[in-house]
Amino acid sequence: MVESRLTRVFLRLGAGLTLAFIYLPLVLIALYAFNASVTQSWPIDTYTTKWVTAAYHDDGVRQALWLSVRAALGATFVALVLGTLTSLAVSRFEFFGRDAISLVVILPIALPGIITGLALRTTYTTVGIDFGLLTIIIGHATFCIVVVYNNSLARLRRVAGSLEQASYDLGADAWQTFRFVTFPQMRTALLAGGLLAFALSWDEVVVTIFTAGAQQTLPIWIFANLFRPVEQPVVNVVALFVIVMSLIPVWIAQKVTAERPGAVRGAGTAAEASEDEGPEALAQPQDS
Amino acid sequence: MTRQHRRVAGWAAAVLLVGALAFVAAGCGGGGGGGGGGGDTGSQASTAIDGLGTTLDEIKSKAKDEGEVDLVEWPGYADKSWSNQFTKTTGCKVVTKDGGTSDEMIDLISTGQYDGVSASGNASVRLMKRGDVAPVNTDLIPNYADVAPGLKNRDYNSMDGQPYGVPHGRGPNLLMWRSDVVKPAPNSWSAIWSPSSTVKKKISIYDDSIFIADAALYLKATKPDLKIDNPYQLNDEQFTAAVNLLKSLKPNVGEWWADYAKQIQSYANKDVVIGTTWPYQENILKGDKKPVAAVKPKEGTTGWSDTWMIYSKAAHPNCMYLWMNYIISPQANAKVAEWFGEAPSNPKACAYTTDKNFCTAMHANDEAYWKNIYYWTTPTADCGGKGGTCKTQKDWVNAWTEIRG
Amino acid sequence: MTSVPYEQPPSREGPGRRLSRFFYRHPRLSLALLLAVPLGWLVVAYLGSLVVLLLASVWNTDPFTSEVVHTYTFDNFRRLFDEPVYRDVAWRTIKMAAFVTVADAILAFPIAYYMARVASPRTRNLLVVAVLMPLWASYLVKAYAWRTILSGAGVLNWALGPLGVSFDGYSTTGLWLVFTYLWLPFMILPVYAGLERIPPSLLEASADLGGKSLRTFFRVTLPLTFPAVVAGSIFTFSLTLGDYIAPKLITSQQFIGTVIYDNHGTNLPVAAAFTLVPIVVMVVYLLVARRLHAFEAL
Repeated sequence: MVESRLTRVFLRLGAGLTLAFIYLPLVLIALYAFNASVTQSWPIDTYTTKWVTAAYHDDGVRQALWLSVRAALGATFVALVLGTLTSLAVSRFEFFGRDAISLVVILPIALPGIITGLALRTTYTTVGIDFGLLTIIIGHATFCIVVVYNNSLARLRRVAGSLEQASYDLGADAWQTFRFVTFPQMRTALLAGGLLAFALSWDEVVVTIFTAGAQQTLPIWIFANLFRPVEQPVVNVVALFVIVMSLIPVWIAQKVTAERPGAVRGAGTAAEASEDEGPEALAQPQDS
Repeated sequence: MTRQHRRVAGWAAAVLLVGALAFVAAGCGGGGGGGGGGGDTGSQASTAIDGLGTTLDEIKSKAKDEGEVDLVEWPGYADKSWSNQFTKTTGCKVVTKDGGTSDEMIDLISTGQYDGVSASGNASVRLMKRGDVAPVNTDLIPNYADVAPGLKNRDYNSMDGQPYGVPHGRGPNLLMWRSDVVKPAPNSWSAIWSPSSTVKKKISIYDDSIFIADAALYLKATKPDLKIDNPYQLNDEQFTAAVNLLKSLKPNVGEWWADYAKQIQSYANKDVVIGTTWPYQENILKGDKKPVAAVKPKEGTTGWSDTWMIYSKAAHPNCMYLWMNYIISPQANAKVAEWFGEAPSNPKACAYTTDKNFCTAMHANDEAYWKNIYYWTTPTADCGGKGGTCKTQKDWVNAWTEIRG
Repeated sequence: MTSVPYEQPPSREGPGRRLSRFFYRHPRLSLALLLAVPLGWLVVAYLGSLVVLLLASVWNTDPFTSEVVHTYTFDNFRRLFDEPVYRDVAWRTIKMAAFVTVADAILAFPIAYYMARVASPRTRNLLVVAVLMPLWASYLVKAYAWRTILSGAGVLNWALGPLGVSFDGYSTTGLWLVFTYLWLPFMILPVYAGLERIPPSLLEASADLGGKSLRTFFRVTLPLTFPAVVAGSIFTFSLTLGDYIAPKLITSQQFIGTVIYDNHGTNLPVAAAFTLVPIVVMVVYLLVARRLHAFEAL
């Protein structure tokens, strides 16, 4: 350990304070899920569990949850496919415009959601597409591509192309190579990217407002009901439920992509290779 | 060509390609507004909508197949308390989208994803002129006959002699204050426009350009030499005066609200102590035992008279017709009027309100009360046909951005 | 082993193998096929949509019905230039985005450093989960919870009460707090990844050469993680630049997002023209970020 004892104490303190900062509003949400009053004022006078039963029986929530799941799954799938294709192209080929691809891929997530949403909506009404699950998925997938792309590109760059060449030399065709050599290397990167894409799509609200029409994903349902005082506590219950349930995918992601102490990302010889080239790679600026 | 030149050329080509595609798409699509039948004026528009039944029985059975009606509403107009009953009897599920301002509602309807809208006067005329809403065949809406005659075939809900919807109800924009902070109880809009130190920076104002009319209304009472007659039709001089009045108010405004829940929370927490509101918020706050009071000030006020209108290309026209009939039925009209705090459009509803004095309290049949309530209307360049040049809706919207700063 | 003349076995090439060989021999075709769908999606569908929107900025609206009319005009741009309010709003938003980015960067470092270099693997995994979970909590519900915190009668003033201090939470400062809070995980993750990538040998070498903790931090660690900070800043900056929900909840001031939102329905050309501001700002930001190698750190 390079850091002095004092530094470590300060870091622990800083981390603790930041965590407290992050979780304070979430604790508040949990408290308000049991607030008896319909106006969210502080401090809370009486607590009740009636909103939990109300949320359980709420048809709108169930449908919104289901639509959100479908939209997120669809968007993640599209993002995985398109992100993988693009990263394969960029890492394995040299061509005109290669530098620009990273710019175009990141643009949907870098431009504010209201612009993406408004642009897509204007196009849908101009071309005449009906709003629904499809338009929602299109909107979400567009900005989810980048998270898959980045993760898988980083991994593909670390995995030497020579492995694939060796596979060809040994008689495998392109599909076999992909299945047995490339894909296993990329698997965890794709999983991480896919989970992040799912999370982004799950909580997305602005682009969805513009592209969902009359449909309600969970964030839209929350938006519609957060501004209805009689429904506000139910929204807090639902939010709490989602936070708690999100432990599952986040934990799975952690378990799968977690590193053992001392290990460097990558697999087998590729790891060793990147370990060796580490300092030099950092010293020289990489081409994007 | 050098590599650099090739790159630039390639980029130029890509940009031109994208631009060309966009032009083609825009040209083919033919309009950024979507929806609508193209605004018929002069000739009578048809009440026929694709898929709409021609007899009541046909409508009822077709509605069962449709199974859903998508409404753009003012918050609280289609609450579960009465829409669940509607779903039970007709089989049409009620899906709602709340609008905060009339502009928002027009925008939502233009996407073509909704069947109907509860339009105030400053939305209804524009929707009619745009062709986004269709006239209604009142023979297919039995309860229409019971609607108060004074609300039928007005300039905001009919065009070329045809009714374009069913009147829902009407109400005033009120001055509301926290009775434990603002004393004595105010009776004039001067409480806002010339605020005392207790209320400075704690005023809650409606965040829409239509509020310029409220400024004009105050000037009508306090600056008679401006000769303001209709607060929605303002010439250059009157408009500038109203805008300047608003700009001087701005530093004292604690919040600009377009979503009523935000306003309710602010009043509950005393972040604002006075402002303009709908009766809905007053009801909810009083129901939550917060000390508020509201009044129609002596200068009069702006207000709204709402009409349920059907989108001309509604996907579920039969359910929409059944909804329009349902919402003006005495029981439902009573429920929504009491819930929101407005005067019902169907006088028979007065027998069904839980508070037997409700209709009297709302002045449902007291026309004198409504004399100095100016329903929301869209400004027009020809000053509503009275001659002279007035500021247009576009001018109002642009001015609002400047006022907000 | 006797040497046996090697006989070519009968070709067992199926169509899949033939196809694979074809693509191997025609790399440009393979590339085109790989890129066709993604680029088609991004360039035609996405960039095309942006162009369609920007096209609206040279159109007009009917002064009464607010419908878009296809007559070409530069009035909308003239309006944006003439009226000082648009400049004020744009500048206010950019300033806010900068302040939020700086705050998030400062807040992210302690916890990211702790996670990357000090914590045990088990604690690290727990902390990553702890930082990621709030991403799943609805942005709307969090923003509304902050409204309760910032209210005059809210949690913050209740806590500050005994100190005799009162805080006007429904202000630009309050909004800055909310934005800093909302986008913090987007900054922590790249910074954590960036810190993790630094080989321990570098830091040990710096220590060997006599650098104490702070010196090592400013001379070695910070420059090495700078790309990661820029990567995180792409999110904090762009998310603040275009947001309209949080500003409408917390302050009464107009920001780029709120102006676009307020005008998009019945004044689309002006809204579309105004979108050029965040678009240009972000494209420039991305180009600079790419030069600073932030894209590898995302």
